[in-house]
Amino acid sequence: MTGVLILMLVVALLLGASALVAFVVMAKRGQFDDLETPAIRAVFDDDE
Amino acid sequence: MTASPASRTELRAAGGVHEEVPCTHCALPVPGSFIESGAAEQFCCAGCRSVYSIIHSSGLDRYYDLRRELDAPTGSARTTAERYEEMNDPEYHALFVTPASGGGVETELILEGVHCPACVWLVERLGRVVPGVSECRLNLRQSVARVRWDPASADLSSIARGLNALGYPPHAPRGGAKRDAMRAESRAALINLGVAGFLAGNVMLLALALYGGMLQGMAAEHRSLFRWVSAGLGMLTLAWPGRTFFRGAIAALRTRSTHLDVPIALALAVGAAWGLANTIRGTGEIYFDSLSVLVFLLLVGRTIQRYHQRRASSAVDLIFSMTPARAHRIDAREAGHEAVVTVSTASLVQADLVEVRAGEVLPADGVIEIGESTVDASLLTGEPRPVEVAIGSVVAAGTVNGPGVLRVRVGKVGEESRVGRLMQQVTEASTQRSAWVQLADRIAGVFVVVVVVAAALTAWAWWPSGAGVAIEHATALLIVSCPCALGLATPLVMSVACGRLARRGVLVKGGDVLERLAKPGVLFTDKTGTLTEGSLRVLDRHGTDEHWAMAAAAEHRSNHAVARTLLAHLEHSGIARDPRNCETKEVFGRGVQGTLEDGSRVLVGSRAWLVEQGATIDPALDAIAAEHGARGESTVWMAIDGASAGIAALGDAPRPEARAQLDALRQRGWSVRLLTGDRGDSARAVASELGLTEDEVQAELSPEDKLSRVRTATAKTDGTVVMLGDGVNDAAAMAAADVGIAVRGGAEASLEAADVYLQAPGLEPLGELMRAVRVVRSRLVLCLVVSLGYNIIAGAAAVMGLIGPLAAAVIMPASSLSVLTIASLGARRNPR
Repeated sequence: MTGVLILMLVVALLLGASALVAFVVMAKRGQFDDLETPAIRAVFDDDE
Repeated sequence: MTASPASRTELRAAGGVHEEVPCTHCALPVPGSFIESGAAEQFCCAGCRSVYSIIHSSGLDRYYDLRRELDAPTGSARTTAERYEEMNDPEYHALFVTPASGGGVETELILEGVHCPACVWLVERLGRVVPGVSECRLNLRQSVARVRWDPASADLSSIARGLNALGYPPHAPRGGAKRDAMRAESRAALINLGVAGFLAGNVMLLALALYGGMLQGMAAEHRSLFRWVSAGLGMLTLAWPGRTFFRGAIAALRTRSTHLDVPIALALAVGAAWGLANTIRGTGEIYFDSLSVLVFLLLVGRTIQRYHQRRASSAVDLIFSMTPARAHRIDAREAGHEAVVTVSTASLVQADLVEVRAGEVLPADGVIEIGESTVDASLLTGEPRPVEVAIGSVVAAGTVNGPGVLRVRVGKVGEESRVGRLMQQVTEASTQRSAWVQLADRIAGVFVVVVVVAAALTAWAWWPSGAGVAIEHATALLIVSCPCALGLATPLVMSVACGRLARRGVLVKGGDVLERLAKPGVLFTDKTGTLTEGSLRVLDRHGTDEHWAMAAAAEHRSNHAVARTLLAHLEHSGIARDPRNCETKEVFGRGVQGTLEDGSRVLVGSRAWLVEQGATIDPALDAIAAEHGARGESTVWMAIDGASAGIAALGDAPRPEARAQLDALRQRGWSVRLLTGDRGDSARAVASELGLTEDEVQAELSPEDKLSRVRTATAKTDGTVVMLGDGVNDAAAMAAADVGIAVRGGAEASLEAADVYLQAPGLEPLGELMRAVRVVRSRLVLCLVVSLGYNIIAGAAAVMGLIGPLAAAVIMPASSLSVLTIASLGARRNPR
């Protein structure tokens, strides 16, 4: 029982950590540098 | 279309418009004299006309529809006459241009005048205006465009000219290192926030299991496992994302100042220590769930705060933006020959001889050796009246040469020049400015004392029940009274206010500016370009149309600024130039003499020039001229066949809304003072129109004088000292004031020095700003009261031993949530 719990804890933390790593990589690549303009750009997509 | 109704009514009331005709480009009312009857398109200025023609001919008319749909703020377009040739230099390319990943090359350009979503659309369609541009991406917040192009089919100067033609004059991306540093810093902060969120989420999940176990029972080994993992993650939270609060607290303690980080760090440290002790003991409460959520929520607040701070440039970057990149140096060769070499401005040294052509910006301070011209020194003086210069005159870097060609012996260059020293004062003044202690931080000082005393009392009161119980209750008190909501309140309220102001064309550099403005004090204001339109205009004209048509014929070849103003005015008043041939002779700085085909002689110029030429002066006109002279306006005289036939008065009229805005400020308790570099008589004339008394006006001030006036005031006045201005000459004063406000159309340097930039034209946004300040103040106080209320109630409960870790974990987010609600409610409720 305890073994399963430890395993699940580790798996849960690893899953979370992989999402965190993805977030850190994206932040470092500058995907969150501009939070304003992309939202505006989406409004124009209908014209071309 | 989108101009606010209030500004239109006032314009009409002031007689600026005959009938409401909106400018096709910027939607502001077109001045009566500019209206072309029958034309489908109407323009308020030449800038708007040229921008419209580019947009229209490139098939980008959807820009106007978008702007209407998005209800974006508008303003008249500004374009420059620059050719941007220096952007093609290899040196420029080496500094700023890099190969793009998908082929071609790319660079960043800082754009003036981008302000709304429709601007994003227009700028990003640059490829339709400049063939060869494959992509253009704009960052609206930073006004930086990243352009990618094919160097074989376009060069950078044509791209720059294209952006300029759309009404967004581009600038080199100077200060890049600083921008990169800020970018790295905000990315690091974001990563910290992500890590804190991850850890807090996991600790919360474990806590849920533990609370469940508390109610339903749980095997001791599982409980111990979960507690140890919580402790591990909790300690990681404190050591990694949470260390910023410990750093802040230590810094505050070192400088003996009060900061919100002190009580936060105290709660975190005590909670973690006791939680860790309990984990090891295997009994008692651990607080890691509350602590990690606390760190996460506080970091959310910090991130919001950071988002609203803007970059500041160094003095060196500012001088570069004001002096030209290249200069024409005259190198003496053997046997009296000479060569004109184009060199970079940075390579100029003292005693070099440079040539400054018509319309060029002077690269360095110096003395004129050859040539005469007029110089627009508004950069330094703030005054639009051109100054006449001749051999021996001293000229300054950054000023703009008029019609003549000058040869200037270089004196001081770069940071040593007058404008360079001025910019150094700007950077110095902004670093020396007294730090503002935010309301929340001031409360924090008292807060720490109260909480520590209360915790000590709690521990003492519970001591008889055992040391463990006593420490337990004291720790609970410290944690529940951690000022989390207090830390969130300020950034949230400010962020909502700054966002709303930005949508209305008021850019605020940081939230504390709004807090400062809540305390009325002294408001210093510049005159020219701030309270007035900032350009010379014909305010009054006497004489028959027929005579003025003859004057136009005599003047039409002149490049003198006054002649151009007069000609533009005559053209827009529907007075066509006399079609007869006219032989003209111009005497520099005096006037123009013209002889028409039929022999009639026309003189246009100063009164003294007319008398010199033997013309008789009509005493009636003399009286009118004296009246205008007393108001500080200059007069141009016209004589036909030896007798004066008319005068025109040129001046700079106050903005139509200025009076109402100043009155509103005075009503809010501000005392308004006028600081100007202009002559006393014109300053007093404007002042009396705006309801200012004589002793509230100080004229003929240099930029340094303005700075010292503001410095004295900040030292003496209890309230906030504000400097409102537009130019480089106000920049140092703006930086030294508690709050510097720049109006639209101001120089880049003044924008850097200012805390607030009124992006929409005129002074209307000033009222908007002051209204927002009041709303912010009341909302902030409400948030602080609510969050302190929570702390007091929860703290009292903890003292009585009623607060368990579960209650602590619930109360804290609840208080943060209510603060969040109060702050965002303001976003929806429109104060108008």
